[in-house]
Amino acid sequence: MSATSQAHMEDHAHDHGHHKQSFISKYIFSMDHKMISKQYLITMLFMGIIGIVMSILFRMQIAWPGESFKIFEVLLGRWAPEGVMDPNIYLALVTIHGTIMVFFVLTQGLSGTFSNLLIPLQIGARDMASGFMNMLSYWLFFISAVIMLLSLFVEAGPAAAGWTIYPPLSALPQAQGGSGTGMTMWLISMGIFIASSLLGSLNYIVTILNLRTKGMSMTRLPLTIWAFFVTAIIGVVSFPVLLSAALLLIMDRSFGTSFFLSDIFIQGEVLHYQGGSPVLFEHLFWFLGHPEVYIVILPAMGIVSEIMSTNSRKPIFGYRAMVASILAIGFLSTIVWGHHMFVSGMNPFLGSVFTFTTLLIAIPSAVKAFNWITTIWKGNLQMNTAMLWSIGFVSTFITGGLTGIIVGDSALDINVHDTYFVIAHFHLVMGISAVYGMLAGIYHWYPKMFGRMMNKNLGYIHFWITAICSYGVFFPMHFVGLAGVPRRYYTNTAFPMFDDLTDIQIVMTVFAIIAALVQVVFLYNFFHSIFYGKKATQNPWNSTTLEWTTPVEAIHGNWPGAIPEVHRWPYDYSKVNEDGEYVIPGQDFVPQHIPLQENEEELNH
Amino acid sequence: MEATVTTGSEEKVWSGGNQPMGASYGKMMIWFFIVSDALTFSGFLAAYGFSRFKFIDSWPIADEVFNHFPFLHGVDAPMYYVALMTFILIFSSVTMVLAVDAGHKMDKAKVTFYMLLTIIGGLIFLGSQAWEWKNFIKGQYGAIETTSGRIFQFVDASTGERVALSDFAVSLNEDRITHSANKGVWYESERPLTTFSLNEVIAGFEANSNIVVRTETNAAEGGKVILDRQQTAETLAKATAVVEGANLVHNEYGHPLFANYFFFITGFHGFHVFTGICINILIFFNVILGTYERRNSYEMVEKVGLYWHFVDLVWVFVFTFFYLV
Repeated sequence: MSATSQAHMEDHAHDHGHHKQSFISKYIFSMDHKMISKQYLITMLFMGIIGIVMSILFRMQIAWPGESFKIFEVLLGRWAPEGVMDPNIYLALVTIHGTIMVFFVLTQGLSGTFSNLLIPLQIGARDMASGFMNMLSYWLFFISAVIMLLSLFVEAGPAAAGWTIYPPLSALPQAQGGSGTGMTMWLISMGIFIASSLLGSLNYIVTILNLRTKGMSMTRLPLTIWAFFVTAIIGVVSFPVLLSAALLLIMDRSFGTSFFLSDIFIQGEVLHYQGGSPVLFEHLFWFLGHPEVYIVILPAMGIVSEIMSTNSRKPIFGYRAMVASILAIGFLSTIVWGHHMFVSGMNPFLGSVFTFTTLLIAIPSAVKAFNWITTIWKGNLQMNTAMLWSIGFVSTFITGGLTGIIVGDSALDINVHDTYFVIAHFHLVMGISAVYGMLAGIYHWYPKMFGRMMNKNLGYIHFWITAICSYGVFFPMHFVGLAGVPRRYYTNTAFPMFDDLTDIQIVMTVFAIIAALVQVVFLYNFFHSIFYGKKATQNPWNSTTLEWTTPVEAIHGNWPGAIPEVHRWPYDYSKVNEDGEYVIPGQDFVPQHIPLQENEEELNH
Repeated sequence: MEATVTTGSEEKVWSGGNQPMGASYGKMMIWFFIVSDALTFSGFLAAYGFSRFKFIDSWPIADEVFNHFPFLHGVDAPMYYVALMTFILIFSSVTMVLAVDAGHKMDKAKVTFYMLLTIIGGLIFLGSQAWEWKNFIKGQYGAIETTSGRIFQFVDASTGERVALSDFAVSLNEDRITHSANKGVWYESERPLTTFSLNEVIAGFEANSNIVVRTETNAAEGGKVILDRQQTAETLAKATAVVEGANLVHNEYGHPLFANYFFFITGFHGFHVFTGICINILIFFNVILGTYERRNSYEMVEKVGLYWHFVDLVWVFVFTFFYLV
């Protein structure tokens, strides 16, 4: 830190004051972005464990339908009499697994952790624009998570209408056990979640706009920040529409309105609902639902871009094209929601329009995929764990993205709609990919968060087994789907045509169990390293961005002296002068706060 | 964005270390919050449009529903009162602008005065909305509902004018109490009893030869399709209940979705007005206490002003789509 001086130190002390913090104000109701980021991270890991365990339970039921397992009895209690899973809890597990993974892990968990950690650190700000709202955002998230988990324990079971909660199934308590109190709690939890997401997103957006340090122009922002920025904007635009849908559904469920319901007979009795339309719900839901998958994937993309450049010791290829694709994806994400509704009874002409807009998204996605590949092309690759996860991300994103072309086309989608093909598609492209991005981020910024390094060898074990197993689960799943096996079925034994597929179902489940078990290695590595990991140096990955100019020990206000000024873009790796020497002799990277050297030409990226 | 930039070249404005849009973070947060909230309302209005389009040939005619004015009983005053309350709400926006302007000039007395006017305007609007709801819930003419859930309203065969149930129904000396769950078998209950029972309405129809019903269907030449005596008698044979006024399940004005959306969207907007008034009152007291005088900036007044204008703007859309078109 060249700019640090005694005068600045005093100045800073005057500005912020290192007042003594109690346990509560430091660890619980903290307004410091780094602590809030860790709170999100721990909550996300906890929710992630629950989501993964649920997936193992229902995968076991699929592989060995109707068989008795001790673990079912232990975990599900009366929902698994004598160890045989009840069909109702199967549906509930599928629903809550989806909800937890999509919203609590990959939306608020991922954005909450990395936007909070990196936005102030990478743009050169003392903290988020409003620390109080940031704290509020986390605690609303926490409350919504608690309500969601409590709903697992209600008498009639948790919500079981799928994470998309289509009415009328979700709207009528008579329809199934899970549509009673469990669904009410699901909706309340999501309402609070949306408020939390809104507060968080507002903070991210204005912080990036207003609190960039001197010299940090928009085109000098690291791609992580661009990704978080657009993610937050998509969140502000699309989540309120989910709120509309949820409020209308609450009215239908609890107050007798007919927004989504019409002409329903239950047990010979006609209900009073008239004129509503479930397709209307699907429109409102997917107006959020589709942008949601980009809310999930964009932060991972940003994280991966940053890590790949650092670990290839090369500038990111096509910085402006990357930014443009993020913006294009952000825009296009709001006009493609109809591709989830090709078989809903929506006008087929509208279907063809949505096919067109959907396939347009292939363009920016492909631009990004090619840019990542060209970034590592001929790079000086540092195979750190974070780098492996990033490469894994590109692999799964391409694999999953290619099937996106199939399901995005209405003529083809009709054949595979609601089969395991779709499950395989979206798990690879947004589930696995986003989790890889998240794990890459955790391994990469762990030293920044906890001041210690994670164990590399355990990281390698974690990566390779997870990577092999997740392909082991989801690659065969494509073929199972093409063979016609429908999703969300408790058992397929009633269909002799699927008998041949039982063995491959077992293979997938075994892979899933191994993948879940190896996460224990990660958890051990994570928690063990917090206390016993190798001490981190200030800039362990020789990275250029501003977060690595802060001291290892996190302090309130981030920089002990003045905030560093920025003089260059964030990807000056292996930059050489005309004579072929590195710009800074003996160092293949130039951090953003280093002024242009003599004879150095600023790259016009 | 460029329009708000006042100094320097583009490079300088966006190069960091400043506020590129010349707005504090709080003000920008309010703007982005408004974007978000606007999309919630858009979701509702889009849903309303979707449903209304589905029933475009039988949607109730707003002019016939919202035709009350205080102290003018029985006078057909379509949209008069809602126009008045819209004017009051917009006027409260004007006073809010004046309060913000006075804030820029650090004129505490004027800010206080105009904030007070804004609060009063908001309260009048909220009260008016409550009055509108009361009229809507109470109903005016009454109607019958058939087995298919359709609503039929009574009209005078010769003039085509609406006729209230009380104008023709015959009192039959029936003695009935509401069959509610706590007085009978626990799973049996019924809607509250109406002023006239179905039998009394049918008897009234038989006693008055000029009474017919009209359907929900919109006639090509405007108004609703009116049935003749014979068809009316057939309709009454299929009637299941008398409907007076409106709730979330039945309403005498026509399709239940009409009342559903009316209650929900105006209710949601009313909730916004209510929170706006609460915030305004809070800020009003802060102004009186001199908080912003000490802070040397009345930006807080400006921020709540943005919210208040937004709430007004939303009402303009609600007003347009529910009342005018």
